[in-house]
Amino acid sequence: MPRVALTVNGKAVTAEVEGRTLLVQLLRENLGLTGTHVGCDTSQCGACTVHVNGRSVKSCTMLAVQAASSAVTTIEGLANGTELHPMQEAFREHHGLQCGFCTPGMVMSAIDLARHNPEADETQVREWLEGNLCRCTGYHNIVKAILAGIKAMLGNAPRGKSAKSRGTSS
Amino acid sequence: MHDFKYARPASLAAAATLVKKGGADPVFLAGGQTLIPALKMRLRKPSTVIDLAAIKGLDGIAEKKGKGKDKGLTVVVGALTTHAAVAGSKLVKARIPALAALAEGIGDPQVRHRGTLGGSIANADPAADYPAAVIALHAEVVTNKRSISGDAFFKGFFETALKPGEIVTAVNFRVPDKAAYMKFAQPASRFALVGVLVAKFGAEVRVAVTGAGASVFRVPDMEKALAKSFSAAALDGIKVSPKDLNSDIHAAADYRAHLIGVLAKRAVEACG
Amino acid sequence: MTHQPNPTGIGAALKRKEDPRFLRGKGRYTDDINLPGQSYAYFLRSAYAHARIKKIDTRAAKKARGVVAVYTSADTAKLGGLPCGWLIHSKDGSPMKEGKHPVLAEGKVRHVGDPVAVIIAETLAQARDAAELVEIDFAELPAVVDMAKAQNKGAAAVHDVAPDNVCYDWELGDKAAVDAAFATAAHVTRLELTNNRLAANPIEPRAAIGDYSSATGEHTLYTTSQNPHVIRLLMGAFVLQIPEHKIRVIAPDVGGGFGSKIYHYAEEALVTWAAAQLERPVKWTSDRSEAFLSDAQGRDHKTVVELALDKDGKFLALRESTLANMGAYLSTFASVIPTWLHGTLLAGQYTTPAIYCNVKAIYTSTVAVDAYRGAGRPEATFLLERVIDLAALETGRDPVELRRLNFIQPHQFPYQTPVALVYDSGNYQATMDQALKAADYAGFEKRRQAAKARGKLRGIGVASYIEACGIAPSNVAGALGARAGLYEAATVRVNPTGSVSVMTGSHSHGQGHETTFAQVVSDKLGIAFDQVEIVHGDTAKIPFGMGTYGSRSIAVGGSAIVKAMDKIIAKGKKIAAHMLEAAEGDMTFENGAFKVAGTDRQKSFGEVAFSAYVPHKYPLDTVEPGLEETAFYDPKNFTFPAGTYICEVEIDPDTGAVEIVAFHAADDFGNIINPMIVEGQVHGGLAQGIGQALFEHCVYDDAGQLVSGSFMDYCMPRADNLPSFNVATSVTVCTHNPLGVKGCGEAGAIGSPPAVINAIVNALKDYGVTHIEMPATPQKIWRAIRSAKKK
Repeated sequence: MPRVALTVNGKAVTAEVEGRTLLVQLLRENLGLTGTHVGCDTSQCGACTVHVNGRSVKSCTMLAVQAASSAVTTIEGLANGTELHPMQEAFREHHGLQCGFCTPGMVMSAIDLARHNPEADETQVREWLEGNLCRCTGYHNIVKAILAGIKAMLGNAPRGKSAKSRGTSS
Repeated sequence: MHDFKYARPASLAAAATLVKKGGADPVFLAGGQTLIPALKMRLRKPSTVIDLAAIKGLDGIAEKKGKGKDKGLTVVVGALTTHAAVAGSKLVKARIPALAALAEGIGDPQVRHRGTLGGSIANADPAADYPAAVIALHAEVVTNKRSISGDAFFKGFFETALKPGEIVTAVNFRVPDKAAYMKFAQPASRFALVGVLVAKFGAEVRVAVTGAGASVFRVPDMEKALAKSFSAAALDGIKVSPKDLNSDIHAAADYRAHLIGVLAKRAVEACG
Repeated sequence: MTHQPNPTGIGAALKRKEDPRFLRGKGRYTDDINLPGQSYAYFLRSAYAHARIKKIDTRAAKKARGVVAVYTSADTAKLGGLPCGWLIHSKDGSPMKEGKHPVLAEGKVRHVGDPVAVIIAETLAQARDAAELVEIDFAELPAVVDMAKAQNKGAAAVHDVAPDNVCYDWELGDKAAVDAAFATAAHVTRLELTNNRLAANPIEPRAAIGDYSSATGEHTLYTTSQNPHVIRLLMGAFVLQIPEHKIRVIAPDVGGGFGSKIYHYAEEALVTWAAAQLERPVKWTSDRSEAFLSDAQGRDHKTVVELALDKDGKFLALRESTLANMGAYLSTFASVIPTWLHGTLLAGQYTTPAIYCNVKAIYTSTVAVDAYRGAGRPEATFLLERVIDLAALETGRDPVELRRLNFIQPHQFPYQTPVALVYDSGNYQATMDQALKAADYAGFEKRRQAAKARGKLRGIGVASYIEACGIAPSNVAGALGARAGLYEAATVRVNPTGSVSVMTGSHSHGQGHETTFAQVVSDKLGIAFDQVEIVHGDTAKIPFGMGTYGSRSIAVGGSAIVKAMDKIIAKGKKIAAHMLEAAEGDMTFENGAFKVAGTDRQKSFGEVAFSAYVPHKYPLDTVEPGLEETAFYDPKNFTFPAGTYICEVEIDPDTGAVEIVAFHAADDFGNIINPMIVEGQVHGGLAQGIGQALFEHCVYDDAGQLVSGSFMDYCMPRADNLPSFNVATSVTVCTHNPLGVKGCGEAGAIGSPPAVINAIVNALKDYGVTHIEMPATPQKIWRAIRSAKKK
């Protein structure tokens, strides 16, 4: 079985996997990081979104072996102890979650947007979420939370450096 | 998915060797955004998955002057360049903004971070966006063995001119005077229900349609009319026959035929 | 009870207690649970919609790498079938026709996805690999897909007990009175419509883990359920014949349900049974493709509705005839959805004096159909609000004025409808006015003209809905065929140091009960919000429960908690009276303190709790130690949330594409515990209703294959399909439950589909379009415009 070595939430990990093992299986089953969820099998719902080398990807559509030598950040890697990441905090403040199942993917996707386009407006946030499905919130409060979260992330870092906001891996 | 051997060659030569030794059905893995879902559904059962990611020089974007009688600029996009990289490229935005916009509309952000140009065209999904660009932008598909004219690349439904073991290394897109891509998305998958790319090169106009048929195709009547007069009004009265167009739960052939007309006009208008 | 404003009490928009764990990836959903020695189940499902099983050969699969067991109906036929919880009688008095719903297909398969065998292996991949080695010899039978053709002579029968595929033929209302009213009507509006079939699609797919202890004989099932006690009852009593004290059902964090996780499913029974056979845990997790073939779907009605009006526009009578798709098997609540949860809602907000409804339930070779958010009430509201809009169009009336003319007036409550319900309270003018004002209804024509100048067709649509929530008074439900009671249970346990644990039979899978229920407790007991813990989802911890569906949690589950708290307060008064050497009758309880009325003598809630557990100087001869009370609350009536929704759309006439440019909701949910959560519930309901109106559709082909069986073809609403919503509430208090609450979970999904379709039809009025079927796809709208142009 192939052996894969990578960094997950800042820690070096190695695992023996099958060629067919998906990155999300490595995270959930081998590493016990069950915050990353699986909601579909056609790469659409985005519940499995994680960061690989700083960009959001669908961990259900990537082989674990493809992530060799990469830096992966999951939802578990965001908070600083008991202090939530500003994007997590914004989701709480604006009731951007109900059942919580799509939430990790939404937050990971939103943080990538904040780094990619910190000036995103409501329309751009909605378009960015094309790859993340939520069945509970109607997206209304998720969009509000992300707009607020982006602002909060900018507030925590000098403008332009927000891309390197705490808790992400690149 | 079925299990398979995984290989990650460091060179095109090594990849070619693996194909020869790869058993019954080796398959190349680029970004994996189509292949991996197909493997998960057990629709494909490859013996070996040959990951091209470690091969140097297959990504990146550059421009070059044309050779011989064709002095035009081309934009060269490496096969493993992601959709996000094409969409965000300053060079692509400056030279062929329609291509950047097309890439920005593929899949969703996460898919665009992994999916590649080479993977997309080698797969030749009839509803993919890039085939419209390959045809309308006079592209040349470069492989590890040869160079294939874009016009000769797509052969039909999920079918290309690529031979077994042949690897796309880059696509050269000719820089048009103007071009625009208009897509009407299938609402669920967001693939192209119909996508139309209109490009103008001097006196020549190309109109390429994806999503509507078994494979990308051109609309000669529109091209002729636009060559005479490059305006949306020039397309008035030109009908695309629904014969041979796709019909499914999202759109019947006649609706697709109608959308081709609407989107072609809008693309011409967007060209300015 | 008088009290000062409590910052963590009823009415406060508190942030949710459950959020930190979800936001940190620390939720514990069923698939996150792994037990030592766990094996994995893979269900091999039928690829045919209807076929006889001639032979199954599992020998090669049993020998495959990692395989622990392969089971077929040869092993499971002795188990009971999955039961239906509601008996409906046809109009001729005969009971509905119930075919057995086996855990694994017995003799024949009845829909694509019907489980035929289960392969259990050391890993899921091995189970799936081995499934390819199971050989099944099917003899294909004709699929039954179209509900009208299903009743034809010579059509194949899904179940032998129903040779014409009719499960029941039910009626409600006074047919003679209705027919008489139609005979004299000045105007009759008739509309044929379809209520499109939907998939609930909570983002968490279903999952189940069975576990068994041979030491204690106890079975444990972890499952994605909205109602673990109901699963325990149905699975134990009907399928596995295991007494309830030997079954523990745990529904941990559940990632959305919307109805689809109410029902008892075959996979739950199978993993529970197999775990005992194998004496090791068995885990099954659905993937999305499997969910499309095995989760109960929703809606799917074909309806003819007629409305009779007098010359002034007053409604005289309503007549409805519907075919309701049951799918291949009767799911847990399938039978009650198109009947008692549908026909009884046909009065809507109006004084229509005579109503008649006839519903035929049809078996087809498709996945079972059951409740999906709204469950029967969206179907009733859609047909009613569409036929009213069409009547307005036909008679040249403003749709708002026609509704107003027929509204039940505030002074008419309690209002007895002609279809069995008594509405306790409401003010339909108020929610209508609120919505009209928010939408600037008067200014619409200007916006229509501005859109026209941009080449867009703009339309506005109004819909006024009512729903019956808080199911249900058990005596009434029983008389109507329910095979269970529909109360709710709660235990309030005051711990010695004054903190409170509440064990509730309601189940939270997104609704935020851990927050709202804690607010109710904080409010009533005057203790800090963070001193309250809400415990749910485990039959071993909670006395009993009927679960969460039908917007019943706060109205029924919340009321049970209040009732238990009343007992706590009553006992606390006895204890405090003893401590204060006062008469029990002189004790009051307010703001967290027991006081002697008219004095400043008091004991805090904490002091009384401590005394109950450290009963020194305690009236042990008359009062037991401890402070824990259980209550069962049986609702006295349904609750009747109501409201008006207004949608504005713009249509691109060249492509038929629709954009929702504004959506306004004005709801009356009675008292509101947490307005932030209530708004969120409305948003989510609106998205699902708009999804039904514009995007979502389970499409079966003639062979019974689900063509839209993945997110590639089943269009889930995305963020860029929807606008921001403008939501508001007004209050008429529910008169018959202690919190005055009505429930808010389903309203959005009930009121929005007709508002959207009314807006689209309004936008197309110049083309003479009178109806568009859901989902109103660009293609359908383009065809409507094109055929109008041809005329």
